Amino acid sequence: MSERTVPSAGRSEPPLLVAGGTLVDPVARRTRRADLLVRDGVIAAIEAGISEQLPRRGASTIHRIDATGLLVMPGFVDIHVHLREPGFEYKETIATGTRAAVAGGVTSVACMANTRPVNDSPAVTRFILERAHAAALAKVFPVGAVSLGLAGEQLAPFAGMYDSGIVAVSDDGMPVMDAELMRRALECAKMFGMPVIDHAEDRALVAGGVMHEGAVSLRLGLRGIPAAAEDVMVARDIALAGLTGGHLHVAHISSAGSVRMVRMARAAGIRITAEVSPHHLWLTDEAVTDYRTNAKMAPPLRTEDDRQALLEGLADGTIDCIATDHAPHHKDEKDVEFDCAANGVIGLETLLPLVLRLVEHGVLDLPTAIAKISSEPAAILGLPLGTLEVGRAADLAIVDPQREWTVDPSQTFSKSKNTPFEGWKMRGRAVYTMVDGRTVHEERPAGTHAKAGEAEREARP
Amino acid sequence: MLFARPHLLGLEGLTAPEIDFLLDSAESFKEVSEREIKKVPALRGRTVVNLFYEASTRTRTSFEIAAKRLSADTINLSASASSAAKGETLTDTARNLAAMRPDAIVVRHPSSGAPDLLARHVDCPIINAGDGAHEHPTQALLDLLTIRERKGRIAGLTVAIVGDVLHSRVARSNLFGLRTMGAKVRFVGPPTLVPPGFSELGAEIVWDLHEGLKDVDVVMMLRIQRERMNGRYFSSLDEYSRLYCLSADAVARAREDVIILHPGPMNRGVEISSTVADGPYSVIMDQVTNGVAVRMAVLYVLVGRRKAEAESETVDSEGGAPVALAAASPRRAATGE
Amino acid sequence: MSPTARDDATRVVLDAPQIQRALARIAHEIVERNKGVEGLGIVGIRSRGDLIARRLQHEIARLEGESVPIGAIDVTLYRDDISRGADHHLVQITEIPWEVDGRTVLLVDDVLFTGRTTRAALDALMDFGRPRAIQLAVLVDRGHRELPIRADYVGKNLPTQRAEEVLVRLSESDGVDEVAIRPAGPRIAAVPGPGGESKQTARTTRARRA
Repeated sequence: MSERTVPSAGRSEPPLLVAGGTLVDPVARRTRRADLLVRDGVIAAIEAGISEQLPRRGASTIHRIDATGLLVMPGFVDIHVHLREPGFEYKETIATGTRAAVAGGVTSVACMANTRPVNDSPAVTRFILERAHAAALAKVFPVGAVSLGLAGEQLAPFAGMYDSGIVAVSDDGMPVMDAELMRRALECAKMFGMPVIDHAEDRALVAGGVMHEGAVSLRLGLRGIPAAAEDVMVARDIALAGLTGGHLHVAHISSAGSVRMVRMARAAGIRITAEVSPHHLWLTDEAVTDYRTNAKMAPPLRTEDDRQALLEGLADGTIDCIATDHAPHHKDEKDVEFDCAANGVIGLETLLPLVLRLVEHGVLDLPTAIAKISSEPAAILGLPLGTLEVGRAADLAIVDPQREWTVDPSQTFSKSKNTPFEGWKMRGRAVYTMVDGRTVHEERPAGTHAKAGEAEREARP
Repeated sequence: MLFARPHLLGLEGLTAPEIDFLLDSAESFKEVSEREIKKVPALRGRTVVNLFYEASTRTRTSFEIAAKRLSADTINLSASASSAAKGETLTDTARNLAAMRPDAIVVRHPSSGAPDLLARHVDCPIINAGDGAHEHPTQALLDLLTIRERKGRIAGLTVAIVGDVLHSRVARSNLFGLRTMGAKVRFVGPPTLVPPGFSELGAEIVWDLHEGLKDVDVVMMLRIQRERMNGRYFSSLDEYSRLYCLSADAVARAREDVIILHPGPMNRGVEISSTVADGPYSVIMDQVTNGVAVRMAVLYVLVGRRKAEAESETVDSEGGAPVALAAASPRRAATGE
Repeated sequence: MSPTARDDATRVVLDAPQIQRALARIAHEIVERNKGVEGLGIVGIRSRGDLIARRLQHEIARLEGESVPIGAIDVTLYRDDISRGADHHLVQITEIPWEVDGRTVLLVDDVLFTGRTTRAALDALMDFGRPRAIQLAVLVDRGHRELPIRADYVGKNLPTQRAEEVLVRLSESDGVDEVAIRPAGPRIAAVPGPGGESKQTARTTRARRA
């Protein structure tokens, strides 16, 4: 599959030197001390000691960021985000969603098609890209619908949407229940080298469930969704991927059974990739206790055994990447009876610390952990992003790994506040985020949090 | 002898002394219902709102009688009469009600956890009168009281709960309450209605009715919802009652002094045979009487305390030492502030 | 020996024989005033008033050879100052297993103070019927009435300061018979011991609001 070309902003800006930091290279899977020079929006040089070679004074045309004690990483690539525009601007807009992204060090997002209207036409795809261009924050890669209107009946126009800029197809939020339609989607998407992103839940088995089926759902008297609801869909779609040779990407994998099947399918040579969300990695169905609707999502939070299987799958490479499934919802859609609450949680701004926590807990080493949110997801969508290479776009996340902070929903850049991690003590934060060499987010010392817009003006190094 | 909790949302998490305290109180309140003048002024001037999003004549009436016997004013809001039909959210309804300053809200709701939601939005005591398939704590308390009266104890008993456990809040509340009080709980029913996951909550699971009733001290029958016997959970009502209707035969497997409870209303010939329902083991009328007493106790403990907190906290009992300043201040009118 | 630890300032005002004599005297007065025990019923106010009621019943039986019907009431539900809190006590059962209508009811309590308990007890009694008359017997009258109530029979009139505390302990509940006065002052919230403290100390006073 050929890599897509990504248009760069191509602005003419003075060169920028990121000096004294530790570079995290997700491809070589190592860290090293080096300076990084950005020129014309691309990484121009990576070497130790560039800063000494450049004149310290008089070089008014060179901006300098002192990255001493900081980690310099490729900007993160989140391939599962709901930006909600068009149609649900009260939850999130492309501008606020990408603002939240860059605040979390995420420089590229793939946005799902379940907007209103659904992204099942070139016009909607173009609209999204125009809005993203206007926002000029994170790069946005639209995902087109599999079926018209997400209705699960007729294929959407893949070719037209591809030409307008989609990078994958998915009915995310609405599982493709018709196996034949799924088969055709895999076949057609294959022509464009695009994956079909699979929201794997059998709706008949979901049967109106609102959380994972197990001891907790029985205790709370909430209707349960068995892990088998996911397993049977993953099994079905593996068979279809085998049949068609298409690229199946399992979104937000959540069950031990699915992890096992993906592992087996990959061993059998089937083109399959998988992502996991930070909340499935760090929370279980116990989080639903007290009917906390911010612990309600599809697929649901599962058991500790499932969670351990996810961590294992992540460590052994069965699960390729971590994606947030950032799903903003208005307070009024969450502050209701659990049965009625909307599915989903926001995640862009808490992605990094929750990934660094994997390193802290010994699940992954640092470069591998970062690969799961940079080079690996970029590769799934065939995007030349998520690496630190000379000649590549200077999309960077400069991270203070020791910065401690507490998740406070009132402080989110996202329009919505539905995080299940409220009150969590986090460690690690992006202090500078750059897209094509331009600083789009700068984290100021705690307590002087810049709001969107204001930060933009003051973010120049 | 403590019950310091602000609400009664469920029996899960209550301690044995807390449950004992409620049951002991309920025993005292039973006597009030036996008087000619069945009313005490304890909650005079208090307002209890019965907020019912599901039809339930029995529970609502029981709460209403309980409140009235304590001299509280009661207001009944049913889903059709309230704003629910107009699309108002539960949260907004709660805020509106709270602005009217009730002293307690008794809530029945089809969604599990709705009382928890209400409790987060209002500052008066919330009493759960049944939420979805979650809990029905006052029903379980009256069951516990009935068992304790008849058996003299709860600890060490084996209680079989028979029927649609999956959808039953009565079963859950009883499971939590009975286990806390030291009883063994056995769930009896088909696997579609008694999923194995309940064993993780401490219940023994038996599919066969005769085996399930073996040597039990108490049988608690759950009401079968006809609409659930639609060919998904079980083929038909006939098929269900063929296996699980409580016959004299099945009861014979239990201990000789077994008692049989039913939360009502009964489907005679479906989950319970008339012979058994009218038989000597049936304590169903005790349950109804105890229901009023238990609800009086719960209202009194939650609302009475509120009264004291709203007022000066001086205790000025006969012989007690009053606190100088407080004793001189006039008590404020009971307006529920 | 008293099972309850006691500070030095506490002073005993009635000991066991004195209590016994006071009750015997009250029994005489009751019989004399009612010209026998015909139509009499005794109701003790929980807790401790019911114990004293039982002793009076016994004393009267010794005089008259007749057992007067007895009952007990818990007036908590009738109080105008109910204190419900973490420290509130259980509402106990009220039992008057005989017709109140037309009887002379002898209401019995341990201490008469503000009169509020008596007021509540009167209300409670009225809910059981229409007594011909109600008389009040108390072991100790310590003054400081807040309501127009007086006792018909008093074991001992005890001048006290308002802030002082009168402790009544009876052998049935506390293992010892005595009445004591404890001066006002800061107190540790009393935890009822195995034998139980007197009801006055089992409650906590708080001055959260003036």
